[in-house]
Amino acid sequence: MTPPPAASPIAAPAEVAVPRARALRMPLDPLLTLAAIGLGVCSLVTLRAATQHLIPGQPRYYVDRQGVYLLVGLALMLALSRFDYARLRHMAYGIYAALLLSILAVLALGHAANGAQRAINFPLFSFQASEIGKVLLILSLSALLVARARQLRAPGTTVRVIAAAALPALLVIVQPDLGSGMVYMVIAFTLLFVAGTSWRQLTAIVALVLAAATFALVLAPAAGVHVLKPFQEERLTAFLHPSSNPEKQGYQQEESKVAIGAGQKTGRGESSTQTKLNFVPEDHTDFIFAAVGEQYGFVGAALVLSLYALLIWRTLRILTMSKDLFGTLVAGGVVAMLMFQVFVNVGMAVGIMPITGVTLPLMSYGGSSVITTLLAVGLLQSIYVRAGASQAPRNSIFRY
Amino acid sequence: MSTIERLQPSEPRGQISPQLGLRVAILGGFALAMFAIIFFRLWYLQVLTGEQYVHQAKVNDQRVLAIPAPRGEILDRSGQPIVTSSTKDAVQVIPGALPVAVSKQAAEYQQELGKAQAEYIEAHERVKAFERQLSGRHTITHAQRLRLHQLRRLAAHIRLVPIPPLPASASSTRHLFDRLAPVIKLSPRLIDERVITGITKLPYAPVTIKEDAGRGALTYLSERRNEFPGVRQEPVAIRTYKYGEMAAQVLGHVGQVNEPELKTQAFRGVGQGTVVGQQGLEYYYDRYLRGTLGAQNVQVNAAGEPIPTALPKTEAIAGHSLRLTLDLGLEQESERALRQGISAAQAAGKPADAGAFVAMEPRSGQILAIGSYPSFNPNVFAKQLTEQQYSALIAGAGSLTDRAVDGEYPTGSTFKPITAMAALEAGVITPNEVFGPGPCIMVGGENFCNAGHAALPAMALVEALKVSSDTYFFEVGERANSHGNVIQNKARELGVGTPSEIDLPEEFAGVVPDRQWLARRNREEAQCKREKHVSTCQLLAEPGAPWTVGYNMQMAVGQGDLLTDPLQMAVAYSALANAYTHEGHGWVPHPHLGMQIDDTSGALVQDLSFPPLRRVNLNYGDLSLVMEGIHKAASESGGTSADVWAGWNQVAHPVFGKTGTAQHEGKEDQSWYMCYIEDHSRPIVIATTVEQGGFGAETAAPIARLIAAKWFGQAEKYVSGSSKTA
Repeated sequence: MTPPPAASPIAAPAEVAVPRARALRMPLDPLLTLAAIGLGVCSLVTLRAATQHLIPGQPRYYVDRQGVYLLVGLALMLALSRFDYARLRHMAYGIYAALLLSILAVLALGHAANGAQRAINFPLFSFQASEIGKVLLILSLSALLVARARQLRAPGTTVRVIAAAALPALLVIVQPDLGSGMVYMVIAFTLLFVAGTSWRQLTAIVALVLAAATFALVLAPAAGVHVLKPFQEERLTAFLHPSSNPEKQGYQQEESKVAIGAGQKTGRGESSTQTKLNFVPEDHTDFIFAAVGEQYGFVGAALVLSLYALLIWRTLRILTMSKDLFGTLVAGGVVAMLMFQVFVNVGMAVGIMPITGVTLPLMSYGGSSVITTLLAVGLLQSIYVRAGASQAPRNSIFRY
Repeated sequence: MSTIERLQPSEPRGQISPQLGLRVAILGGFALAMFAIIFFRLWYLQVLTGEQYVHQAKVNDQRVLAIPAPRGEILDRSGQPIVTSSTKDAVQVIPGALPVAVSKQAAEYQQELGKAQAEYIEAHERVKAFERQLSGRHTITHAQRLRLHQLRRLAAHIRLVPIPPLPASASSTRHLFDRLAPVIKLSPRLIDERVITGITKLPYAPVTIKEDAGRGALTYLSERRNEFPGVRQEPVAIRTYKYGEMAAQVLGHVGQVNEPELKTQAFRGVGQGTVVGQQGLEYYYDRYLRGTLGAQNVQVNAAGEPIPTALPKTEAIAGHSLRLTLDLGLEQESERALRQGISAAQAAGKPADAGAFVAMEPRSGQILAIGSYPSFNPNVFAKQLTEQQYSALIAGAGSLTDRAVDGEYPTGSTFKPITAMAALEAGVITPNEVFGPGPCIMVGGENFCNAGHAALPAMALVEALKVSSDTYFFEVGERANSHGNVIQNKARELGVGTPSEIDLPEEFAGVVPDRQWLARRNREEAQCKREKHVSTCQLLAEPGAPWTVGYNMQMAVGQGDLLTDPLQMAVAYSALANAYTHEGHGWVPHPHLGMQIDDTSGALVQDLSFPPLRRVNLNYGDLSLVMEGIHKAASESGGTSADVWAGWNQVAHPVFGKTGTAQHEGKEDQSWYMCYIEDHSRPIVIATTVEQGGFGAETAAPIARLIAAKWFGQAEKYVSGSSKTA
C-alpha cells in the first residue's frame, strides 16, 4: 500500500492505523471467500446441465436445492467467522460426544439410502452425520492435541488421537461409508503431522496402515474373511483392472474417463451426452468432475482445479497465520479433509485412484457435504479474522 | 522442543517454528505434486487422446435407427391391389433395458427350440422314407399301416417348446409387464413370451409386442414414459393381404429378417430388423418390394431410450410395386370352385382333404390363377405369432404347402397323352394298332388291370385316350421299355420331371423313373445304409432289384414312381397346345407370376421377361391324333369327361381334356383333371387335382369347368362326371 505522498514524513502513526482499518474492512479472507463462492458457482453451472434430464419435468430440481444449500452454508460460514473459534476448544468433550451420538443415531434410525445407512431423513433435509462429523472430529482432535500440548511427542498422545479418530471412523465404515472413515483417519494423521509428532511415530502409523490395507484387501479375502463389504473391496481394487468387470465398478470409471476425454480442450457444452444422459452414474454427486470435464473441457476442469488450489493454498496460509495452536491444528485438519477429498475424488474421475465414495467439496450435490465444507471454511475465516485482528500484516513474508 | 511451544497465542505471525514450516512445506509440496499429476492426466485424457474418447462417447450415445421403407404393393394383372402396406404405431420393448436374467432365459429357450426343430425334421424324414418304402408295394400289412399312422402322428407337429417363465430375479420386469398388460390388452405372460421369442429371433433389436395398440393406449404410454422404462412406440409397417387365404402360399408372407437370413445372398445388404419377404412372391421379388431403409441417427440415454434431438436423417425409399399375371376375378372364382369341388366330394363320402389348381396362358406361361387347399391367412404373420398359433398352422394339414408347385403326386391318366406322343414319335406304336383287350393284362407273372377291372375291347390310340384304357397304355409302356427311355425323355422335354423355373422360391423338381434313376436310388440307399448303419433306409421298395418292365408300365399310366405337380403338368399340356397350334413347332413356356415392376405412382419400372424355356418340335400328324383323342374325351359321348362339359360351347371353345385318377396305398384315389381350351386370343390350360377326391371326372374335372366358364364368361355349371376310369 502506498501512503499518500504528502503524508510520507509522518507515516509512522499511520502504520498502526492502517492494519486496524484493513482488519475492519476485510472481515473475511477475500481469496478464500472467492475460492469458496467460485466453486459454488461452478457447482451450480455444472449441475444445471448435468441434471436437467435426471428428474423429467423438473430440470431445476438439483440446481435449486444446491443453491439453497450453498446459501445456507455461506450464511453459516459468515456466522462462524464472527465467532471466536477458540471458544470451541473448551467444548471439545461435548463436540466429540455429539460426533459419536450423531453417527450412532444414524446407525440406529438411519434410513437406508443406496444400500447404505448414512443419513437421517428430516422433513426438509436429510442429515448425513458422517459429513458434519468431519468438522466435529477436526475440532475435538485439535482440542485434544492442544490439551496435551506438552506431551506431543509422547506415544500416548499419538495413540489417543488415533484411537479417538478410529472409533467414529469404524462406526461410519460400518454404515457403510468407507470414504468418510478414510477422511477421518487422514485428518487424524495430518493433525499429528502438523502438531509435530516424531517422524518415527508417523512412519510407524503409515506402516501399520499399509499392513492393515494389505490384510483387508488381499490376505483376508484370499482366506475367505471379508473385512470390508464386497462392493467396497471391488471399488477399491477395480481401478487396478478396469476392463475385468466393465459391467460394474470398472464401468463407472471407464464412463467417467470417456466423458472427461470427450470434453477435449474446451468442452462439449450443450451437446454433452455422457453426463447428461446418465452414462456416468452419480454424475451430480461423486462423479461431478466428469460432468465438468465433459461440458467445459480442459479449460473448465483446470479452472475448477485452480479454485481448489487457491482454497488449499489459503488454508495452508491460514494455518501458518493462526494466532494459536488450536487454530493451526484446525486449519491443518481442514487442509487434510480438503486435499484428501479433492485428490481422491478427481483422481477417481480421471481413473488414477480407486473408487471411494468421497464427495468433491463444494462441487458435489448434497446439503451435508456443502454445509460441512462451508462450516470448515467458516472456521478458517474465524482463524483468519482473529489472526488479522491481532497482528500487523506487513510483518508477514506471506502476504497474499 | 515441540513446534507448538513457540506458537504462543501472542506470537507474531510469520515467525512459525522451522519444524512447522517444514511440515507445511511438505503438505504444500504434496498438494503441488498431486495437482501436477492430475493436470497431466487431464491433459492426456482431454487433449492428447480426446479424439478417441469423443468416438467412444458417440458409440455410447448414438444409435442409427432404421426408418422402415414402405413395402411395395402386389397387384393383379389389371392393377388391382392384392397385398398392401399400412403403417401402425406399435409398442416395442427394448431388450437392452431388461435385466440380464431375461436374455439368459431367451438363450435357454433358443437351445430347446433348436432341438425341437431337429426332431421335427427327423420325424418328417422317417415318414417320407417309410412312405417311399410302401409306395412300391402292392399289399400292405396291418402292422405297416399302423406303423405309418404312428410315424405320421409323430411328424404332425413340431414339439411345442414352452417358453420358460420370467426368472425370480427379474421382478422389476415382471412388474413392468404386469403394468403394461392392461394398457395394451395382452396378458403379462403373452408379453413375456413375445419378448423372449423376439430376442431369440434377433438379439438386441427392439421387440414389437403389439402392432396396433390403439390411440388411447399410445397416449397413455407416452404420457407415462418414466413408468415404463424400456417400452417405446414405433411406427411399423403392417402387410395386409386383402383377400386373406387367397393364393396365400404363392404370395408368401413377410417377417423381420433374422440373424441367419442376413447372411444369405438374398438378403445381402439388408439392415437388421428390416421386414422382408419370407416365402413365396414376397421372398422371390423381395429386392424390388422392400425398398431402401432410411437411417435416423438417434441420441440415446444410458438405458438405450431415444432422446429427442435433431440429428441428420436419411429418408427411406419406398419399395416398387409388383404386378402379377394373376387375374383377380379368375383367382377368386378358381379358389371358390376348388372349395366347391372339395365340398361336393366330401358330401359324396370322400375324405377330399386337399387340392390345388393352376390356370395358365399356354403361349406365354403367364399364370392366371393358382391355388392350394387348405390355405392359411397370411395376415396372421403380419402380427406377432405365438408358438401355439404357429404350431396350429403347421399342423393344419400342411396349409403352408403350395400343392400346385410343391405337391409330389402321381398323375394318373392325365399322363397318357405324353405316353402316347412319345410312343408314336418313337415308332413304338402306330395310330391304328389295337391293344389291351380285357380287364387285365399279364406281364411277368403280374396282373395290370383297368380301373374297376373294366373289360374293355382292344382299341386304337384315339379311342384309348377318349375312354382312358389302362390296359392299352400298360401295353404301350411294356413295348416302349425295350426302346429305352422314350416316354421318360418325352416327359422331361415337355416339362414333367424338369424344374419349371417358376418365379417362386421353391418348387418340386419331379421324378420320372428310369433305369438311371433306379441305379441312383440304389446307390443312395447303399450309401445311406453305410453311413447310418441301418439294415434299410427305405429309399426303395426292393433295394438292389434291377429295372423291370413293370416300372415302365406303371409310369405309362401315370402311376408307380412318377411324381410331379399340377404346375409341371400345366407346362406339359401348354407345350402340347403350342405345338398343336403351330403345326408341330411349339415351345415349352416359362411359367411365371411376375409381370412387371411399377413404381409407387404406377409407372412402369421394368418389364419382367420370361422367354420360353425351349422349343419342341413334334410330329404334327401324331400330335393331331393325340389332341383328337383328348378332345373326344371331353366332348364326345363315352369320353371320360364328356358329361362334365355337357352344354359347353365346344365350337367356340373346344376343350382338350384328360381325367386322371391316381392311386395311393391306403388312401382314397386322387382326382386329377388337365385341359387345354382353344381360343385365338385367350387360350387357357387348367390343371386341377383333389387329394382323396375320387375319380378324375368326379371331382377335379367339374372344378376345371367352373374355372373355364369364368374365364370365357360362360354360364357356370358344376357337373360331376360319372366316368369311373382312371
